[in-house]
Amino acid sequence: MRTVRVGIAEAGVVTNPDSITTLGLGSCVGVTLYDDKRKIGGMVHVMLPSTELARGKDFNRSKFADSGVPDLVERMIRFGADRRRLVAKLAGGAQMFNVGGPGDSILKIGSRNTEACKRALASLDIPVISEDTGGSWGRTIVLFSDSGILEVRTIGRSKTQI
Amino acid sequence: MSDSIGRMDELRLDVLREISNIGAGNAATSLSSLLGKAVGMSVSKVLPMPFNEIIEHVGGAERMILTVFVRIEGGISGNMLFAVDISDARALVRHMTGASEEEGFSEMGISVLNEVGNIVIGSYITAMSDFLGFELHPSVPSLAMDMAGAILAFCLSETGRSGDTALLIEGALSLDGGPISKEGASRLFLLPDPDSYNKMFTALGVPADANG
Repeated sequence: MRTVRVGIAEAGVVTNPDSITTLGLGSCVGVTLYDDKRKIGGMVHVMLPSTELARGKDFNRSKFADSGVPDLVERMIRFGADRRRLVAKLAGGAQMFNVGGPGDSILKIGSRNTEACKRALASLDIPVISEDTGGSWGRTIVLFSDSGILEVRTIGRSKTQI
Repeated sequence: MSDSIGRMDELRLDVLREISNIGAGNAATSLSSLLGKAVGMSVSKVLPMPFNEIIEHVGGAERMILTVFVRIEGGISGNMLFAVDISDARALVRHMTGASEEEGFSEMGISVLNEVGNIVIGSYITAMSDFLGFELHPSVPSLAMDMAGAILAFCLSETGRSGDTALLIEGALSLDGGPISKEGASRLFLLPDPDSYNKMFTALGVPADANG
């Protein structure tokens, strides 16, 4: 069994029995998709909510919710997943710092990322079946392709499975 | 990718290194008078690096670090981060309060560390502001002790709008005045927003970067 590691603004797909992980999600959101019948799991590490924020036309599509999420769906379909069976789990979208005042809209990037990922999933009719988002702490996540379980690890809190 | 940041030439990298030396130098002086002892400083580094390499450079995504964050607005905008190892953080608290913190940090310890970060970053910004001739408005400082990946990726989100590479402008301080090791250093990171680079160059009489 292999564990594929996804970095910031990257995406990946694994099949049974492999798992896929991303480390240290803060304001970024880890979106995972799973096809229970084919046991195919996908993950994208979203950094920003919308491609409208991109400067220039030539950008990394995995970085943005509105391009990274649909691209991941297409990639999973190429791996043999059925779009109608895909379910999503989300983790991350934290607000790491709290300063108030003028910097505040930048600090709320975590919740904006979470909302944008949900919007992208809703427009593709993919249900979000569980999430561990918000708060002010970092998260490491692992998606197991044999079960679809998403494990969430933090510093100083107990490990959870969603 | 429109990564002009990753293609910046030597002259401009030197300018940024000088800004960091001036800022970190002033920060070291303030910290030294606060602690009442010598604080060492190394020559700053300016490293164009992809985001994922930056995280590795700081010790890996899951490594726990203690950071104080300040958002800068004004003549230029960007983020500043004072990042210390947990062992350095404990040493700081012990030195300032005389109390040893074993598990986690007390409210007092956190408040001391927040204030140290505030002073260090404030001195850096003051020196940078004088050097550039810009008025800079720092936010209230905010402290987080968490995974390096979670903290750094957040600080890079504004830079993420223009590419997948950032310039890590890094000044290192050694709190015990000793040599600076890669692992043990307390570091000051300046992460300007992408459109602030040319403002900094122009202010210092260096032509704006055509790629920027």
